[in-house]
Amino acid sequence: MAGAALPGRLNWQLGTVTELVVETPRTKSLVLDIPQWRGHRAGQHVDVRLTAEDGYQAQRSYSIASAPEDSHLVLTIERLADGEVSPYLVDVLGPGDELELRGPIGGYFVWEAAADPPLLLLAGGSGVVPFRSMLRHRMAANSNVPMRLVYSSRSLGDVIYRDELLAADHGVDVELVLTREWPEDWSGHRGRIDQKLLRELAWAPDEDPAIYICGPNSFVEVIAAGLVDEGHDPRHIKTERFGPTGN
Amino acid sequence: MEPLDGNAIAGALYDVYGAEMTTATGRCTVCGAMDQIAELRVYVRAPGMVARCRSCDSVVFVLVEVRGTTHMHDPCFELMP
Repeated sequence: MAGAALPGRLNWQLGTVTELVVETPRTKSLVLDIPQWRGHRAGQHVDVRLTAEDGYQAQRSYSIASAPEDSHLVLTIERLADGEVSPYLVDVLGPGDELELRGPIGGYFVWEAAADPPLLLLAGGSGVVPFRSMLRHRMAANSNVPMRLVYSSRSLGDVIYRDELLAADHGVDVELVLTREWPEDWSGHRGRIDQKLLRELAWAPDEDPAIYICGPNSFVEVIAAGLVDEGHDPRHIKTERFGPTGN
Repeated sequence: MEPLDGNAIAGALYDVYGAEMTTATGRCTVCGAMDQIAELRVYVRAPGMVARCRSCDSVVFVLVEVRGTTHMHDPCFELMP
């Protein structure tokens, strides 16, 4: 049975890096060619596994940044200073290198373009990655669902997919919030998202949006609780947390 | 340590159940709270992966990988049909 896919198992596959895109000083996108990729839904992730020469293995989950309709699978990786996996992915891996992964994984934090409710996305740092998949999926599927992305980032230079996000239109509204540094002429939002800013940036509960929050645990907790306080139905709020960031 | 959530162990759960499980609902047998697996509090840096109830913080299950196979110990977890 070597090489054959076992039913009911998520098999490890080899992908080949075809291109690396520098997104920010700490973040790169890996463009992967995976011969037997069975497709994914916007918001899903993959597990990536590295094996050292002595057999030691380390495994991490990474959100998929590409849309289901895109020709290649794209993962966007933030380098964590004390990371076991991300420094290799960001600094060492090059075009032509192979990467072991399994997926797609996850059925909870996904969005289908056929869904009707307006889409409210709130990202902290690299929590924006699954939302880029949703944004591209929405465009590829010609969806007219209003979409608002509220993206909290430390500085403008840390904003991943900046050009793509700022160019988004046709019912897509991107609100950048810079928490630590901002350009002198920055007219956008600044500082951490507090209740007042959240009220300003989130749609009202009577718009009945589908809400997705992705970021570090502290970000997700504060934003989710804040939205519930504003009157949003907790059943319409989906959350995904990721591990320690480089802070 | 900051917890993650059930999304982080979707791959390991797939190993155990042979299916996507994050949207499945489970019941904490300590307090009776029902949550989707994606919503559980999960600690991945413990020995093994530890999932705790959002309501009462009890350990509902633990996943451990031994020689390539994921094992589940679920003292306080009841998967809903």
